[in-house]
Amino acid sequence: MAEFTLPANSKVGTGKTYKAPAGAKRVKEFKIYRWNPDDGKNPVTDTFEIDLDACGPMVLDAIIKIKNEVDASLTFRRSCREGICGSCAMNIDGTNTLACLKPIDEVKGAVAINPLPHMPVVKDLVPDLSLAYAQYRSVEPWLQADSPPPPDGERRQSKEERAEIDGLWECILCFCCSTSCPSYWWNGDRYLGPAVLMAAYRWIADSRDEHTGQRLDALEDPFKLYRCHTIMNCTQTCPKGLNPAKAIGKVKQLMLERQG
Amino acid sequence: MSNENTPSVHIMRSQLGRARGLGAAKLGLHHWWTQRVTAVALLPLSLYFVLSVLMLAGADRAQVAAYIGEPWNTVLFLCLVAALFSHLSLGLQVVIEDYVRSDAKRMLTLLVAKGGVFILALACAVSVLKLAF
Repeated sequence: MAEFTLPANSKVGTGKTYKAPAGAKRVKEFKIYRWNPDDGKNPVTDTFEIDLDACGPMVLDAIIKIKNEVDASLTFRRSCREGICGSCAMNIDGTNTLACLKPIDEVKGAVAINPLPHMPVVKDLVPDLSLAYAQYRSVEPWLQADSPPPPDGERRQSKEERAEIDGLWECILCFCCSTSCPSYWWNGDRYLGPAVLMAAYRWIADSRDEHTGQRLDALEDPFKLYRCHTIMNCTQTCPKGLNPAKAIGKVKQLMLERQG
Repeated sequence: MSNENTPSVHIMRSQLGRARGLGAAKLGLHHWWTQRVTAVALLPLSLYFVLSVLMLAGADRAQVAAYIGEPWNTVLFLCLVAALFSHLSLGLQVVIEDYVRSDAKRMLTLLVAKGGVFILALACAVSVLKLAF
């Protein structure tokens, strides 16, 4: 059966508490998941008290401050700090989002921070996304056309054709959506998940691509595509405001269209 | 250092190989579409069924048999049975595929569930026909 509880070696205990410096006025608690593959222990939640008067506004500012000033062993991914690289995707206050786009003052009470749900953890807040990346690779996310490009070298689109891929190309592959999807939790080894299916539709919807049929063929599968039960967590959680559920709906619609 | 908490590698197949798996089964559309069509069909059919039951409240067996024996009622009742049980069968299949993990257990559970639903559907259809004729 599907696993509804954590296995014994994944049960999360209580960790250390790091007090705010004396004299701090606006103190906020950050409860952060910690797991170290090298010490053989269960994961714990450490509590860090942070003086918000000495910290930037976003959750990423706080965890960078913790790493710099409190505990240098805190491990997480980050790069651009402006919501375009997708590295700092994590579960903050119960919702998958980008730490760099999440204002601290949007969270009431303590800020709970966990790695993206239901992925293997490499360390602390770093999930192993290698299967998700391979699933992305498996839908061949690049332009495929048999007609040679015109002599001036550019495959052109009308404004209307170009508009078809708006709301799709903006995806930064942070995998907040896929890891928020119960279908992906239970069957992530066979279901491609919302991020990858939206990427697949991005090329299906592209007027310059000529492999639409092959792309649909590759998705027509009870698990790869049809594990989507329109739960809509993907759309609700997307930190870029995109709508993967709608893209998946469009793929199903095209499947129907080519049969009728 | 080797205890049960030590992570160990059980899969050395490439991630792309895992992601591609056995390839696409070229199935799923029919299942998905039938589930939606039967769902829509069940809206008026369920309403009709509830109204019929309300109308027949307090009726004896002969009156119920006479009602179901009307040709249109027989047809609608059989439609209800067909739509309801095919929807049930497809829905159960999705739940089982979602939650039952090992292939052998999944297949066994599917066969039992689908067989059970099929028998129930036939039992309902035969009941309607026996009342009608």
